[in-house]
Amino acid sequence: MSEKLNSKIPEGPLSEKWTKHKSQIRVVSPANKRKLEVIVVGTGLGGASAAAALGELGYNVKVFCISDSPRRAHSIAAQGGINAAKNYPNDNDSVYRLFYDTIKGGDYRAREGNVYRLAEVSNLIIDQCVAQGVPFAREYGGLLDNRSFGGSQVSRTFYARGQTGQQLLLGAYAALNRQIHLGNVKSYNRSEMLDLVLIDGEAKGIIVRDLITGEIQRHGAHAVVIATGGYGNVFFLSTNAMNSNGSAVWQCYKKGAIFGNPSFTQIHPTCIPVHGEQQSKLTLMSESLRNDGRIWVPKKKEDVEKLRTNKVLASQIPEEDRDYYLERRYPAFGNLVPRDVASRAAKERCDAGYGVNDTGLAVFLDFESAIERLGKHVIEERYGNLFQMYEKITDVNPYQEPMMIYPAIHYTMGGIWVDYNLESTIPSLFAIGEANFSDHGGNRLGASALMQGLADGYFILPYTIGDSLAGKIQVPKTDTNHPAFAEVEKTVKDKIAKLFAIKGKEPVDHFHKELGHIMWDNVGMGRNEKGLKKAIVEIKALREEFWKNVYVPGSNDEFNQELEKALKVADNLELGELMAIDALDRFESCGGHFREEMQTEEGETKRDDENFMHVSCWEYVGDNKEPVMHKEHLHYEFVQLDTRNYKD
Amino acid sequence: MDFTLKVWRQKNAKDKGYFGTYQIKDISPDSSFLEMMDILNDQLVRENIDPVAVSKGCHDGPVAFDNDCREGICGICSLYINGRAHGPDDDITTCQLHMRKFKDGETITIEPWRSAGMPVIKDLVVSRNALDQILQAGGYVSVNTGGIPDANAIPIRRENAEESMDAASCVGCGACIATCKNGSAMLFVSARVSSLALLPQGRVEAARRAKAMVSKMDELGFGACTNTQACEMECPKRISITHIARMNREFLLAKIKD
Repeated sequence: MSEKLNSKIPEGPLSEKWTKHKSQIRVVSPANKRKLEVIVVGTGLGGASAAAALGELGYNVKVFCISDSPRRAHSIAAQGGINAAKNYPNDNDSVYRLFYDTIKGGDYRAREGNVYRLAEVSNLIIDQCVAQGVPFAREYGGLLDNRSFGGSQVSRTFYARGQTGQQLLLGAYAALNRQIHLGNVKSYNRSEMLDLVLIDGEAKGIIVRDLITGEIQRHGAHAVVIATGGYGNVFFLSTNAMNSNGSAVWQCYKKGAIFGNPSFTQIHPTCIPVHGEQQSKLTLMSESLRNDGRIWVPKKKEDVEKLRTNKVLASQIPEEDRDYYLERRYPAFGNLVPRDVASRAAKERCDAGYGVNDTGLAVFLDFESAIERLGKHVIEERYGNLFQMYEKITDVNPYQEPMMIYPAIHYTMGGIWVDYNLESTIPSLFAIGEANFSDHGGNRLGASALMQGLADGYFILPYTIGDSLAGKIQVPKTDTNHPAFAEVEKTVKDKIAKLFAIKGKEPVDHFHKELGHIMWDNVGMGRNEKGLKKAIVEIKALREEFWKNVYVPGSNDEFNQELEKALKVADNLELGELMAIDALDRFESCGGHFREEMQTEEGETKRDDENFMHVSCWEYVGDNKEPVMHKEHLHYEFVQLDTRNYKD
Repeated sequence: MDFTLKVWRQKNAKDKGYFGTYQIKDISPDSSFLEMMDILNDQLVRENIDPVAVSKGCHDGPVAFDNDCREGICGICSLYINGRAHGPDDDITTCQLHMRKFKDGETITIEPWRSAGMPVIKDLVVSRNALDQILQAGGYVSVNTGGIPDANAIPIRRENAEESMDAASCVGCGACIATCKNGSAMLFVSARVSSLALLPQGRVEAARRAKAMVSKMDELGFGACTNTQACEMECPKRISITHIARMNREFLLAKIKD
């Protein structure tokens, strides 16, 4: 196994690793590219950009998307921006500084080589997107504007209002559309990957369900790229889209791909609080709001009481009675501390009884001083769509009264383990974007997910996959009549038949919500041994109950959303357990992973570099068997390990 | 809050379809419209489970409806509510509509988009493949990945970038087409044409793009524009019909040059 976990990070100085690696890996000639087939699953920033770039190179690409159009992928909802080390504002930014901030923001649990490469290609992404016609925000002089994001002291975030993800995805989708038009890419919409097919231990294709007809299809290729995003929906309530899911990743894990750091989950500090039991998902308010918004709760408990009973408005509480707790605790970064730090600080205040709404689970994000300083029109220009979204959901005008926010599940840093080539432990199976574990360590910085998705898809995978495909130019097209396809197809069909046959008493959502409660209470913002052990037992029991008592209406041969959900929840009930197992094993606090046993007197995270400076790599060894953990030790050659300090 | 729901039910593209009528109770005014639909579906699934309900003829099963991001940006929701695309509130998609916008006890009629270019797949789910096809015909700048000049090499007037962004805010939901009495896709197509035509990067092939996209739109059977402006009124992102004017200009220029 240790051989399997070779990260393949090139030797040499940081700034030369990628250049050296590119010069040493193999390439495929144009004539041979035409003979090679690549499957890309998912059409978010990673998948769409990869499919487009591979199509441009001349490979035969098939791209699969669960939605009615590639443009719906959840990258579209990213609001605030995308980082790059352009240094346009002349504030002394550099590739090294972006690299350093990302490594530090990730609490020293990511690979130096990968993160440096990410920072290195970041500038190319901005060039590429502008060339595609992405309408980034501009200054009056006609040049690009930047703003600040958490975890950084420079302004390096490019943005398109509060809709940056949308605009970047429309750029990648347009590039993809062009390749579809040119015949280099074939796209399959409303198609869901249900399993991975291996022949002689190598990824050779996938089993797909046509979501309109229910037809189970076989698709073969020379390589399979997973770009299906994260698995935050295990928590039921998250900022992820309803259909985002970790099932494709989970199927790869069950076929032997190692899963890296499954417990590393990001909890975003600024989401609209839960309104009640009928809630189906949570809405993010962009981190960019922390550029101008100030976060506070009252200093006095009596003010809290009055707020909860609507006897006073937030705007009526005088300045001296407000506790701007992030500015108080972290003077150097203030409201722009990284997400994990801001989330825990909100939880700390709410746990101490200062939550400002009737559930006690909310803090204020206030624009009063920004509106005074800049004028309402500037705030409207910067965040207009976010303010509108907030008002539509809550019926409160955030220009007059502060927003109420609370942390929510947003992103998963963990994912399929990949080497420097983005290849998993299964040969010819690649994973990019949020679906892999690689670049964010224990915590992702804001505006870095878009950067990673596009870096992987446009500028890294198209090079590294060539190294693998160069060895396959003589390999004929995958024959989907091979017994391996028949076998996997049968297990998929059997699983579906089994779900219908249960005819239990509870709808699918019931189990998903139950799982969500277990996960949020025990594997959420604060984790401890007792809670995690309890969660493992409860998830197992819930899984058994699911397979005895779920009810899935209708049949397979139709458009059946309940069946789609059931298949995902079945996977979530296994994935959630692995997350808890991993969180239990990691007896340290780092980034978003906060083990309550491991904190400083001031309540900050306490890392244990001696025992946990590794990627926890989990291997599936069979149903109802304890997964086996391997370690990829992290080596810091260039960065000096430090305690993250956002105070001074 | 309690409501009577009249929901369009249609098994598949070939089925004739009918309105199913359902009672729903105890809905929080803070719930979103789609959360109300979740509760309806929970109720309909439970009726399938309950033999007594089934024996009374309650076997419609859950209502199929497209939904995903639930924050107004993915553009997948496509409900026609009480005769309006995305329902009674302005400037939002269905997923951002909240039940406080309705009266307690109200009867709410829910239909899919109805337009020849967007056939029903099941219940409230429609196919918008035609919109993808139009964009595939030319809705891009023809550049490959890599070998690109620096992003600041070409300054762009801020006003142009802003107007381009206004047009690029289109979420591709199809409300404009569903609302148009002619089933025209002009607002959707023009938003893309205009967004790119306003930028120097997209200017280069603006004429070619307009021609390719318009001819694909016509080929797919979308209707003509008769300037009723209904599309703009119902667009959740307030895309302006001035983009249609800009597209017409690009299209005409291209034709004159031919």
